[in-house]
Amino acid sequence: MSALAHVPTGSGQSASPPPAARPGRHRLLPYLLLLPGAAWLFLFFAVPLLQLAAASLYDPDGSLSTGYALTWAFGNYPTALQAYWPQFGRSFLYAGIALVLALLMGYPLAYAIAQKAGRWKNLLLVCVIAPMFTSFLVRTLAWKTILSDNGWLVGLLRDVHLLGPDGRLLATPVAVVLGLTYNFLPFLVLPLYASLERLDYRLLEASSDLYASPLKTFRRVTLPVSMPGLIAGTLLFFIPATGDYINAELLGTPNQYMIGNVIDSAFLVRLDYPQGAALSFLLMSAILAVVFVYLRRAGTEEVL
Amino acid sequence: MARETPAGDLRLANLTKTFGAFTAVDDLSLTIPQGSFFALLGASGCGKTTTLRMIAGLEEPTSGQVLLGDRDIARLRPYKRPVNTVFQSYALFPHLDIFENVAFGLRRRGIRSVDQQVRQMLSLVQLDGYERRRPAQLSGGQQQRVALARALINHPQVLLLDEPLGALDLKLRRQMQIELKRIQTEVGITFVHVTHDQEEAMTMADTVAVMNAGRIEQLGPPAEIYEFPATAFVANFLGQSNLIAGEVTGGNGNDILVTAHGGRFSVPAARARTNRGPVHLGVRPEKLHLVAGAGQVPAGCQYLEGTISDASYVGVSTQYLLRTGWGTEVSVFVANSGAQQRFVPGNRAVAYWDPRHAFLLGRRAGDDDRTTPVLDEPVGASS
Repeated sequence: MSALAHVPTGSGQSASPPPAARPGRHRLLPYLLLLPGAAWLFLFFAVPLLQLAAASLYDPDGSLSTGYALTWAFGNYPTALQAYWPQFGRSFLYAGIALVLALLMGYPLAYAIAQKAGRWKNLLLVCVIAPMFTSFLVRTLAWKTILSDNGWLVGLLRDVHLLGPDGRLLATPVAVVLGLTYNFLPFLVLPLYASLERLDYRLLEASSDLYASPLKTFRRVTLPVSMPGLIAGTLLFFIPATGDYINAELLGTPNQYMIGNVIDSAFLVRLDYPQGAALSFLLMSAILAVVFVYLRRAGTEEVL
Repeated sequence: MARETPAGDLRLANLTKTFGAFTAVDDLSLTIPQGSFFALLGASGCGKTTTLRMIAGLEEPTSGQVLLGDRDIARLRPYKRPVNTVFQSYALFPHLDIFENVAFGLRRRGIRSVDQQVRQMLSLVQLDGYERRRPAQLSGGQQQRVALARALINHPQVLLLDEPLGALDLKLRRQMQIELKRIQTEVGITFVHVTHDQEEAMTMADTVAVMNAGRIEQLGPPAEIYEFPATAFVANFLGQSNLIAGEVTGGNGNDILVTAHGGRFSVPAARARTNRGPVHLGVRPEKLHLVAGAGQVPAGCQYLEGTISDASYVGVSTQYLLRTGWGTEVSVFVANSGAQQRFVPGNRAVAYWDPRHAFLLGRRAGDDDRTTPVLDEPVGASS
């Protein structure tokens, strides 16, 4: 709200006071500008969210055919959690491992594109974004081919005895994690690239001049300076990856199902709306809690 | 403050740096005495910054040595050199506050208790109380002082300053020049200062080296270089000179005789860089005096006659252009002390000088008069 309060008096530094005439119009203008977006947000986010919250408290004994009654059934939450905590844990575990893998690949990649690529910079960026031109589903199906039992990758891994003669990749947790890593990598790389691109190489020279070895320079200058991009990237990666169900659906088995698969089936297969809604809210609050703790620990005032 | 053991002089020996076919620094050798304030002065692209970066270790020499005392540090990584830099852009760490910026070097060397040193250094640069600010919250001049404190706190054997005042406005620049000189005297560390601003170099440095096209044209105390430049480039880069093309026609013991544009002049032998062949006869504009007729020229002085073509009043002085009979416009600066006659464009006038204020430089055959200052031109334009 403080941002709004400043608008009518002109942007902070401008010395000239606003004209005294037509004060009413000036005061209303920012709100008018906000109106279309706010209306959209209200109709298609706030209202459905409330609807979902209500659904999570419906009588669990109701059904689509007999109708639901809002009975403030808070018991839906512990029941859902009790039934599906393994999928919950798996969601965070898979997304977490995928995030670590993506960071190991994505940080050097973003750094190389931003600082070392020179005239190849734009081409490399296009390469990072290009997969987005095809559908998420199609790309995940392609991974199904890559990881298939008769594919070259499994064959190669069997030949070098990293996999047993009957070992497979498809339908294992490895496949799901690899899929998650691949599918969400660009969301991590792009914000990281944006902040590493602004990294002034003279800061690195200054650090080196002030007795910091390359490793210390990375730890003390490069990493903290790229922190806003790193945080934005990890959030953009982690949040959708935790809620994802396509990768587990196509590359895994029910043994690898994540919470997204459970919510999907609650709404579309089992038609258990109260449970689906309760799980959705549980997932949302769990992610919010993780993000909150993460931002507090990362401690970047630039982000919040 | 714990002082490092005296390291001795900084010596550059046959230092060369080439980038592809371009030679940025060309077989440079010089000695910078310990504790002195040394300025490398030159136009942009003359190799002065490359020289500085080689001393800092940010650029590896193609050949040659950088000696600190007896130790060749030319191939040491920058973080292993007892040398610190104040960067042109300051390069303060935006994610750290002022205290941590200044403490950076100490912390990287594993020194735990930095508190007292940081505060001492901040008060040396007059920034007490700014510990918890971020660089972005400081003005240009304050950032500049943080950059200085951040380098000085490490007690380097040599402090390198790369155009440190370039981003400041004129008034602040003057103030910081005096400040820098005071701090240098106080800490006694060797300062090597790179600048394209001749006034800055003269104000602060004990010794100035004028660089051009990767080489040193002249080296010496500022007054000596100004009063008796060694080359036409120096004469017109450090201030401004009227260089009149002429030929040496002989000598009579203490004086060298010169003919230029039909006139006959003489220069004391001690003020001549050469005593034969084509020469430039040089006189600084402020060493010229204007009178209305040749009859008013004092005995022993030499003169040129011409027509005033321009007069600009600049407060402390009036700057005249005198068009000579052969078409060259000679600059004359007359101090506005109130005693002298005023001239307006179109007046006939005579500019005279004491021969002891003139100097004689070698001239490449074919070079004409040169009376305009060298602007910050790209390298190679004058060679």
